[in-house]
Amino acid sequence: MTLLSVRDLRIGFGNTQAVDGLSFDLEAGGALGIVGESGSGKSATALALLGLHGEARIEGSIDFDGLELTSASEDQLRAIRGAGIAMVFQEPLTALSPFHRVGDQIAEVYRLHTGATRKAARERAVEVLRQVHIADPERRARAYPHEFSGGMRQRALIAMALACNPRLIVADEPTTALDVTVQAQILDLLDEVRTATGAALLLISHDLGVVAGSTDDVIVMRRGAVVEAGATDQVLVTPRAAYTKDLLAAVPKPSPARVIQGGPLLRVSGVSKRFRKFTAVDDVTLDVREGETLGIVGESGAGKTTLSRMMVGLIPPDRGSITLAGADIARRRGRSVQMVFQDPMSSLNPRRTVGESIADPLRLLGELAPRVTIEALLVRVGLAPSHYDSYPHQLSGGMRQRVGIARALAPSPRLIVCDEPVSSLDVTTQAQVLALLEDIRLERELTMVFVTHDLAVLRQIADRVVVMHDGAVAEMGDVASVYDQPQHAYTKELLAAIPVADPLEARRRRALRRAGLDGAGLDAEPLGATQIE
Amino acid sequence: MTLFRRLLDDRAFLTGAVIAGVMVLVALFAPLLTALAGQDPTTFHPELLDSARGGVPLHGITADHWLGVEPGTGRDLFARVVYGARVSLGVAVSALALQLLIGVGIGVAAGLGGRYTDAVLSRLTDLTLAFPLLVLAIALLAIVPQSWPRPALLAVVIALLGWGGTARIARGETLSLKTRDYVSAARVSGAGTLLVARREILPGLAAPVLTYAALILPSNMITEAGLSFLGVGVRPPTPSWGQMLSSATTWFRADPMYVFVPGALLFVTLLAFVLVANGVRRVVDPRQREVLR
Amino acid sequence: MTGYLLRRVGGAIVVLLGLSIIVYALFYLAPKDPAILTCGKGCTPDRLAEVRAAMGLDASPPAQYWEFLRGLFLGRDFPAGPDVRHCPAPCLGYSFETDQPVTKLLTDRLPVSASLAIGAEILSLAVGIGAGLLSGLRRFRILDRIVNGLILAGYAVPVFLVGLFLLLLFCVRLQWLPFPTYVPFTTDPAAWAENLILPWIALAVIQSAAYARLTRAGVQESLAEDHVRTARAYGIPEGRIVRTRALRGALVPLVTLTAIDLAAIMASAVLTETMFGLPGVGQLLVGAVNQIDLPVVVGVTLLTGFLVVVANAVADLLYAAVDPRVQLR
Repeated sequence: MTLLSVRDLRIGFGNTQAVDGLSFDLEAGGALGIVGESGSGKSATALALLGLHGEARIEGSIDFDGLELTSASEDQLRAIRGAGIAMVFQEPLTALSPFHRVGDQIAEVYRLHTGATRKAARERAVEVLRQVHIADPERRARAYPHEFSGGMRQRALIAMALACNPRLIVADEPTTALDVTVQAQILDLLDEVRTATGAALLLISHDLGVVAGSTDDVIVMRRGAVVEAGATDQVLVTPRAAYTKDLLAAVPKPSPARVIQGGPLLRVSGVSKRFRKFTAVDDVTLDVREGETLGIVGESGAGKTTLSRMMVGLIPPDRGSITLAGADIARRRGRSVQMVFQDPMSSLNPRRTVGESIADPLRLLGELAPRVTIEALLVRVGLAPSHYDSYPHQLSGGMRQRVGIARALAPSPRLIVCDEPVSSLDVTTQAQVLALLEDIRLERELTMVFVTHDLAVLRQIADRVVVMHDGAVAEMGDVASVYDQPQHAYTKELLAAIPVADPLEARRRRALRRAGLDGAGLDAEPLGATQIE
Repeated sequence: MTLFRRLLDDRAFLTGAVIAGVMVLVALFAPLLTALAGQDPTTFHPELLDSARGGVPLHGITADHWLGVEPGTGRDLFARVVYGARVSLGVAVSALALQLLIGVGIGVAAGLGGRYTDAVLSRLTDLTLAFPLLVLAIALLAIVPQSWPRPALLAVVIALLGWGGTARIARGETLSLKTRDYVSAARVSGAGTLLVARREILPGLAAPVLTYAALILPSNMITEAGLSFLGVGVRPPTPSWGQMLSSATTWFRADPMYVFVPGALLFVTLLAFVLVANGVRRVVDPRQREVLR
Repeated sequence: MTGYLLRRVGGAIVVLLGLSIIVYALFYLAPKDPAILTCGKGCTPDRLAEVRAAMGLDASPPAQYWEFLRGLFLGRDFPAGPDVRHCPAPCLGYSFETDQPVTKLLTDRLPVSASLAIGAEILSLAVGIGAGLLSGLRRFRILDRIVNGLILAGYAVPVFLVGLFLLLLFCVRLQWLPFPTYVPFTTDPAAWAENLILPWIALAVIQSAAYARLTRAGVQESLAEDHVRTARAYGIPEGRIVRTRALRGALVPLVTLTAIDLAAIMASAVLTETMFGLPGVGQLLVGAVNQIDLPVVVGVTLLTGFLVVVANAVADLLYAAVDPRVQLR
């Protein structure tokens, strides 16, 4: 039986057409994935399903269980929201009201749609919290959202979605803001509640790996239009459309191992760093060998960003030493070490031209008229000489990241530390920037430290990997040995959680995870509250 | 350029800017204007007053006295009001300049300085913001010798007590700017604190601080008028709108015109500057399309 | 919590001590000698010395300040001719001008200032929150414009100008109201309110503009937040969203500001009190400053500082009470 039937949906904002002729069917109890990069119109579709599209123009038809939603009254829509179609949003940190207890927020929705008594609603809230594996749900129902970790909040939102037994759950990028191990847990949970409650799932993501293991069918969207649609097993294994092929090709792949002969260039020995009561980096010792790419991987709070900033001398370590070719790093800034930053929006001064930003390190080194040098660099990173006079806001994210690379290259450093350089980019742009970094590394015989949360990216680009956990090194070794024979339990957990675009492999891993760690390690520390001192 | 165009499209801003501009010109050319009128602000004209009714002016607006004369003294109202603009704007603008200097200096120092520098400077800022400054200003102004130049003193007192808001904004912006990766990038390349402050921080401060400054200007005018109204600000015979309003309170049953002229001028000038501030803010910070926050 | 309170109290003591030292220092830099002023014309050196001793001005400035501090905590004695006058703790000394205990002057004046502050705050909050909410919800364009105008005007008028206008309109022109004089609430509540209504309005014109602005910004920001989108996606009616989420979010800064404003008006509504001839704390200060009446000036500044410090602590407590994310420690 068809639960949701969308026909020729068009959504327009002002002069732009966000969705342009989308059609699909979703069976009761089925799971459909919508995949696309930013600007593909996937989120606009999700909001339109609930009539939450605001000022946007809607054409076409959305039939939910026999009711035409595009022409439904506000009252009809309100009855459907939460009870018929429940939504799980991207940002668990802000999606719950900070002023109300988690249990009360769930109970409020339940009471609203069922007219249940307060007591019954409270009991229902506890019940669904238990269903999403929140430990000690009676107590946790009385907690405020800020007392939950990110993963727990997303569980609470899923509990809220379950409260009224909806026929359809729409999850819009439900795991994008989460760490990779938590992401795996949440995806497993969504899969589990779908089976348990019989609700259909519409899973929206930019990541092929996220939909691969959780959906029966998939739609690939680009700029508001459907590129390819079909069974997940078929589309992700034998894609027909060129764009789907590109997307799959952009997923990082392991590359052949290299032999590194160089001696240690950067030595980190016994380094620790505390911020007030929080130990960010705890007694880390490692070498970066000349000519290699060292990958540092870890989840949020693992200390990898602090470590990378200490490696370029931005933050002085509390204990231990960091030396570059024998000299303390604090005295080697500028010429020898450079950094490529994560957010290309914040890494360039919005008030200065691109060329001026690149010129800074050169001017500090005494080069007074660096324009010619910089224009050559801009060409090298795939931009035009004329971009010298552009301002950052005139460039796309990928172009800005290329500028960031050019700036790091300008003083001809021996070592470049890249802190999550591609994590804010779309997959296809990500692949291009990674390829550029690799080219430049080869051409200039650079040594590179590559910090990321993404194990798949590292496998492609790094020679050796350092796995960080709670500020310390959990495991260190050649890419092949760490990925194929992980020793540390945390490394195993990380590797099992990597989303893969191959549906069969994704299901195999889910089975492994279910067998391995059933409900263990779910409840992390709550995130801090504002404190008045 | 587009910013400027958007400003010119804002009718409220334009109205405010024109009035504010006229007032600035009046203040600058006060001696010229009074000379044109053939009057000066300090000459008494007892012959124009009705001594039988306690000194109420005999005539209203005349060809000689464009806005009439003051009750009690018979001084030319036009000349006094024009010179009053000079005091009001002069004090407000010089206080503003000092406030920006102190506020930005302390704010940037707190933002870039270490934990203790920041703690001390922030506490100091909080204190000046929390304390009702009018009370301290009154105490201060009453004590200093009468011979000191009053308007300059007022500007200094207003600035010394009123830099807190600027400092808080400058500190907040500095703290946010210094975590931007482009500041880190500059430091990785070897730029020192002073160079970072000058090249990466100060240009970023200009917009938020200046939009805020646009609001302090009318607030300074209000403070000056208030202090003069209380009799601790500008002393006679130097004219000031606040002081005129203060003496008008004793005359307002008999001579409402004497309240109306400085009162209306003060209100219109203040409103003009607030409209300018509001327009600037809306253009500089397009996310905040609403009025002053 | 205990640690927080201890730190607060400690901070408050430092602030108050600093404040009193500054005021003391200022007065010793002053060119006028209060003893000469008090002694009056035809003052003999002997008489002057006697006056000095009676006023407690015969010791060195640090010693005088020390005496003042002792008096504050333990009480102190003043020589009065042959006798000794005891001033119990907390002793702020005697007014040079009227010879009354400063504590009595302050307790006499405080009810006036408190009446002014409480009424003005209630009026400002009612008008400000109402106007801010109505315009924050963007239901009527015309309303939005009116509130915009109100807010701008609130920035642009000094309180004494509003006061003058109100007096002129209601007391001179229309003669609906008497010229304000203070009638204690306990004597005649109706007369109390009738006399205070104009000062309340004058303060509220300015104060409510700030509250309207804050409410509107708060409501609009809250309504744009993700959790409001969640509430909408779960079918919660708009009215309920506004009440339980948007207003709640807007309330947080408002509550803290109210506490601080209340103290500020109580301590420093100098202009309003002068304008309307209300015998409040502010008016006491202006008079004392003009007479170089050191004990009264010190007393008023300390009271002001005390009120501000308490209000800030109360604001913090309220902040923690209305926002569960905030912890005091």
